[in-house]
Amino acid sequence: MWEPNIIKNEDIELLLTDVAERYGYDFTQYSKASLKRRLNRICLIDKFSSFAELRYRVMNHPEYLQRFVEEITVNVTEMFRDPNFYKSLREEVFPRLGTYPFIRIWVAGCSTGEEAYSIAILLKEANLYHKSLIYATDINPGVLERASSGIFPISQMQLYSENYRLSGGIEDFSKYYTANYDSVQFHHNLKEKMIFSTHNLVSDSSFNAFQLILCRNVLIYFDKELQNSVFDLFDISLDALGYLALGSKETIRFSKLEKQYKQIGDERIWKKIR
Amino acid sequence: MLKRTNIVVIGGSAGSLKVLLVVLPHLDKDLSFPIVIIMHRKASSDSVLNKLLAHSTQLEVIEIEDKMTMLPGCIYIVPPNYHMLFENKTLVSLDFSEKLNFSRPSIDITFRSAAEVFQEGAVALLLSGANSDGVNGLKEIKSYQGTVAVQDPATADVDYMPLQATLHVDVDIILKPTEIASYINRLRI
Ligand SMILES: C[S@@+](CC[C@H](N)C(=O)[O-])C[C@H]1O[C@@H](n2cnc3c(N)ncnc32)[C@H](O)[C@@H]1O
Repeated sequence: MWEPNIIKNEDIELLLTDVAERYGYDFTQYSKASLKRRLNRICLIDKFSSFAELRYRVMNHPEYLQRFVEEITVNVTEMFRDPNFYKSLREEVFPRLGTYPFIRIWVAGCSTGEEAYSIAILLKEANLYHKSLIYATDINPGVLERASSGIFPISQMQLYSENYRLSGGIEDFSKYYTANYDSVQFHHNLKEKMIFSTHNLVSDSSFNAFQLILCRNVLIYFDKELQNSVFDLFDISLDALGYLALGSKETIRFSKLEKQYKQIGDERIWKKIR
Repeated sequence: MLKRTNIVVIGGSAGSLKVLLVVLPHLDKDLSFPIVIIMHRKASSDSVLNKLLAHSTQLEVIEIEDKMTMLPGCIYIVPPNYHMLFENKTLVSLDFSEKLNFSRPSIDITFRSAAEVFQEGAVALLLSGANSDGVNGLKEIKSYQGTVAVQDPATADVDYMPLQATLHVDVDIILKPTEIASYINRLRI
């Protein structure tokens, strides 16, 4: 369905400033091009015929806010997305993490949890899960609820098991879940060491020290300045010699972190060296 | 009216790689604008395709990364599994959201963004393909006074996409694969 084109650039500024003042969600440093698409999409799906209608609903119906946040923060995700990335985690990063008595991992912008469950599976297979903790955070409480349920559409399992295999997995992927009619339930032992919590990368501060931080396909929605301030947040939250993992088209190159971090192989994984 | 070209965006699907391999070797090195290519393809085939394209031309071929700055005379390839948007005339963003027309990247999304940002300075070219992605985007290019070019459907391996364009859009020029490179070269100022 082709989205309408009724939101103007000036409208975006206006709405975002209002939302930040009224609700404390600050999207003013998000990439404008993407936001504009999202706002036009909301107008299509929720049948607003003008910017004024959208603005009225957002500002006068606080119960609509969660839906608004959910629509403008894209939450598309996959298990074992970019299998080679997970392969590098298995081969290059986990053997190092294994030398720690206790492993803390932060999955920032975890969406509905597919990434966190993928990490849990890797940790199980590396026999490290018992001494790990995975903090899975997102700005959106709605996706976190789905994440903690561990229920995913069965239609995705073919893709996920293929991704899993390409990432170097040798088990039968279906051993990790129980299939129901149109969904699957991932086994509860996979989330024993997961902590789900809301955390806004724009406004919340560091809450722990980690050996590995994953933040994939979240920073593409931020402008450069905001990207840099989130990099600072990650830097403070990473132990010496910790690892930072980004999405496959994201980079710390051109940022302040560049000199203190060293890239591991071809994947978007950097080790803090200073 | 003489328009100054600030961007050339090329979209293609099934049968379009062949066309690009005819076009790219004949592009001049000193084009005064960047070229962006949006092609439907399998997520796993990216590096092979980039190499193939890079070897066929003297221009620099670059796979787009998030928040990259575009330079004139370079060819930018949209990576598989991401949509691509223009933040302004030089800065680009990637976006991992829902597919459009069963496609990610979607040609429509990048064409619309090019139309809004470059307006009459945008030239969009739609090649062979089996899908209708791109047709709405061409309409947007047109509505902002940009220029719309389409591969001659008679020369397309799969003519559905260019045919839809000629049926639904007020196309400025229809080109055979062998005419495309000199057309682009002539857009230079
Ligand atoms: C495209 S998803 C990426 C999911 C997963 N990391 C992946 O790569 O598949 C982006 C996620 O970032 C979250 N997000 C957006 N802005 C955020 C912010 N300011 N703080 C925390 N999370 C945010 C969204 O809610 C969404 O779930």
